[in-house]
Amino acid sequence: MKHTVNQKTHWYDYLWIWSIIYFALGFFNILFAWLGMIDFILPLIFAIVGGNKWFCNHMCGRGQLFWVLGRKLKCSRGKKAPKWISSKWFRYGFLAFFLTMFGTMVFQTYLVFSGAESLRKAIKLFWTFKVPWKWAYNGSTFPDWVAQFGFGFYSLMLTSTLIGLIVMVLYKERTWCSFCPMGTMTQGICKIKAKKGA
Amino acid sequence: MKKAANDTGRCVACGVCALQCPRGAISIYRGCYADVNISMCVGCGICEKACPAGSIVVRETEDTGR
Repeated sequence: MKHTVNQKTHWYDYLWIWSIIYFALGFFNILFAWLGMIDFILPLIFAIVGGNKWFCNHMCGRGQLFWVLGRKLKCSRGKKAPKWISSKWFRYGFLAFFLTMFGTMVFQTYLVFSGAESLRKAIKLFWTFKVPWKWAYNGSTFPDWVAQFGFGFYSLMLTSTLIGLIVMVLYKERTWCSFCPMGTMTQGICKIKAKKGA
Repeated sequence: MKKAANDTGRCVACGVCALQCPRGAISIYRGCYADVNISMCVGCGICEKACPAGSIVVRETEDTGR
């Protein structure tokens, strides 16, 4: 029997491994948290330049990780998520909240940059719970604000992954995708581009 | 005939359905929503099972003969 198109595997089908490596690296050295910016910038480039969601569709390591854990390792109930989770107001509301938190994190970085505050070697889970993370930074040739951004960014990445894992277990494998701020943002850009006919 | 139909207003264009479709009948239209090629769809429902937004469903569709 002829193989169907979708049975071909590509190198980017294994990017879920990257998600795990990312968190492992940040555990040992917080400066690696900066690598997460790739996952912020690449989808935007795809959307702004290409007018597509190729990143979400083929390269998102986090989405793939939820699929591997949820479907292949059967860690998901696979139940339908409540409708409000993928509703427009929740998606854009969550995006607004996420961007506000990102802004707060950048401001915190600025405070360390300006010397108003000193570097705090801790990560914050769910924007609330402080977890000591001292071992991940013992000084470097970079100024302190670089590490502060690392701690803040790592917190953001870990928190969003944890939220994604929770909804993966409770509902469909990739429920996170239905309200992922990056996904909402890139789809919004694509919709504007498609409307303009660009 | 049973075919997949997508609620484009609800679709988040994540692409899980397209990845799972055994016929390659689904593509993501300009990053906006999943587009089902009805003539290729066999109505297996794999996409519906994967869809996190519940926007793609298999339902009885009138056969247009295409």
